[in-house]
Amino acid sequence: MSVIEARGLRKEFTVRVKRSRLRREKRVVRAVDGVDLTVERGEMLGYIGPNGAGKSTTLKMMTGVLMPSGGEVRVCGYTPVPQRTKLARRIGVVFGQRSQLWWDLPLRDSFDLLRHIFRVPADDHASRLRRCRSLLDLDEFLEIPVRQLSLGQRMRGELTAALLHGPEVLFLDEPTIGLDVVSKQAVRSFLTEVGERGDTTLVLTTHDLADIERLCKRLVVIDHGRVVHDGTIDALHARYGSRRRVVVDLDEPVASFGDATVEADGRRLVFEVDGSAAAVVARLGGLPGLRDIAILEPDIEDVVARLYKTATEDAP
Amino acid sequence: MADRPRPYLALLRGQVSAQASYRVSFAIDVGTNVIATVLDVLTVLVLFRVTKALGGFTLREAMVMVGLTALAFAAADLTVGNIERVKLYVNTGRLDAVLVRPLGVLPQLVLMDIPIRKAARSVFGATVLGVALASVDIDWTVARVALLVYAVLGGVLFFASIFVATASVAFWWIESGEFGNAFTYGGREFTTYPINIYSGWFRRVFAYGLGFGFVAYYPALALLGRTDPLGLPGWVGYAAPGVSVIVAAAAAAVWRVGVRHYRSTGS
Repeated sequence: MSVIEARGLRKEFTVRVKRSRLRREKRVVRAVDGVDLTVERGEMLGYIGPNGAGKSTTLKMMTGVLMPSGGEVRVCGYTPVPQRTKLARRIGVVFGQRSQLWWDLPLRDSFDLLRHIFRVPADDHASRLRRCRSLLDLDEFLEIPVRQLSLGQRMRGELTAALLHGPEVLFLDEPTIGLDVVSKQAVRSFLTEVGERGDTTLVLTTHDLADIERLCKRLVVIDHGRVVHDGTIDALHARYGSRRRVVVDLDEPVASFGDATVEADGRRLVFEVDGSAAAVVARLGGLPGLRDIAILEPDIEDVVARLYKTATEDAP
Repeated sequence: MADRPRPYLALLRGQVSAQASYRVSFAIDVGTNVIATVLDVLTVLVLFRVTKALGGFTLREAMVMVGLTALAFAAADLTVGNIERVKLYVNTGRLDAVLVRPLGVLPQLVLMDIPIRKAARSVFGATVLGVALASVDIDWTVARVALLVYAVLGGVLFFASIFVATASVAFWWIESGEFGNAFTYGGREFTTYPINIYSGWFRRVFAYGLGFGFVAYYPALALLGRTDPLGLPGWVGYAAPGVSVIVAAAAAAVWRVGVRHYRSTGS
């Protein structure tokens, strides 16, 4: 049986738009507009899209926070909103901005309170906490009140809090947003470890393509509330021709160099590469007056924008 | 400590230790609440200094209504009064975190914010009621003793329901501001006095339409063995606390619809 099953899932919001000083117009905004999605046990799914695409709204409908306007959704066999409390025991949720921790209490106390709230047997709780402590290096700040933790430390606390009841599905909304490089790495390797065990399904939204590359085999792109791509990340790049770019700045202009595009009167070379940029960089040694080399990752927002454009053009 | 998980107790424990981490601010809160309670006492004393009777009731008889209202309101305020903070949770989207826990939304919000500092007011209410009952001549029967107990419980349930119902407005109207206070604090003022001192549509709407007349006035009539100057039969006093159950059911329905109507906020 699939862990998550969504059919024609929709969410509409009514917003009031100010037209003039007195007149206000009601407008219906479709945040999620017919999403079909099936996720199997143990999958790691990246859910991406530009701001306002409907990522968070979809996650909130799957976790029982928001009531769908239409369509169907089942998670772990439950209908999220009517069976919210039953579902809550089976899933873990990390909404970056909505802490599950007690602001004024030491991190350790929050974990203890959550054990009671989720009715977790003491042994299970202790062994899960032990694992998180070693994987996420929690020991150095376990006794510090949450309000005094850095964002990276707090996020590590949130991840632990979401996993202590042994959820079947872990939903993460922007788990790496605002984190520094070291914390991002810590979060990613931890999630990789969780995912590799195979018993926890992971669904995460992100803006950071590197999260997806490290963590997710499957990528779902949503824009304007619709799924515009569902497949691997390589399939996405292959389909839309988005590639990494190597930008080389030169002191002396050149007429041409290999397959590079020449820009700025010959002072800039741009290479497009699939995968590793090492081969291109190795060839650059012979160039006279080499000033700078930059490797640009394909911008997910661009990819998605292009994707959506094609999606609307394809529509009848 | 015992190993059996106690979810709601854990919430309460978390809240108590969180409050204890701000000792000075907690002490100031307790202090201001004791002062406010003293002012409550003075208000009542001053009022009954200047009048000898109110709506045909002697000072002492009227004090039974004052005491019933004060105790019921203070106990409801202590337990669920903080539910008005739901608008904060809705406004900031923090309700998301509450909704992903395997517990009811209402008990979670209540237990995450119990204002222990308000306990002094319940003690005051109980004292006023006790003194008032001792100072009037009541023909104590088993039925009257039972009535006293469930009139207090009914009153607590009634005010608690009003708190919940008015707080639910935040689900539709985020900037609900002071709207709820008209019914909570306004309602308390209404039930403090004999309802025959109000007149016309105002009495009909508040006393009978919204049920505030059944919190203190009718139970007090039955306790005192007085007939209703407004003409309702004597058994109404004994049945009055039942109105709270209807009001509670209505409040629960409004709350449930409200939670489903919750829209959250951007990511």
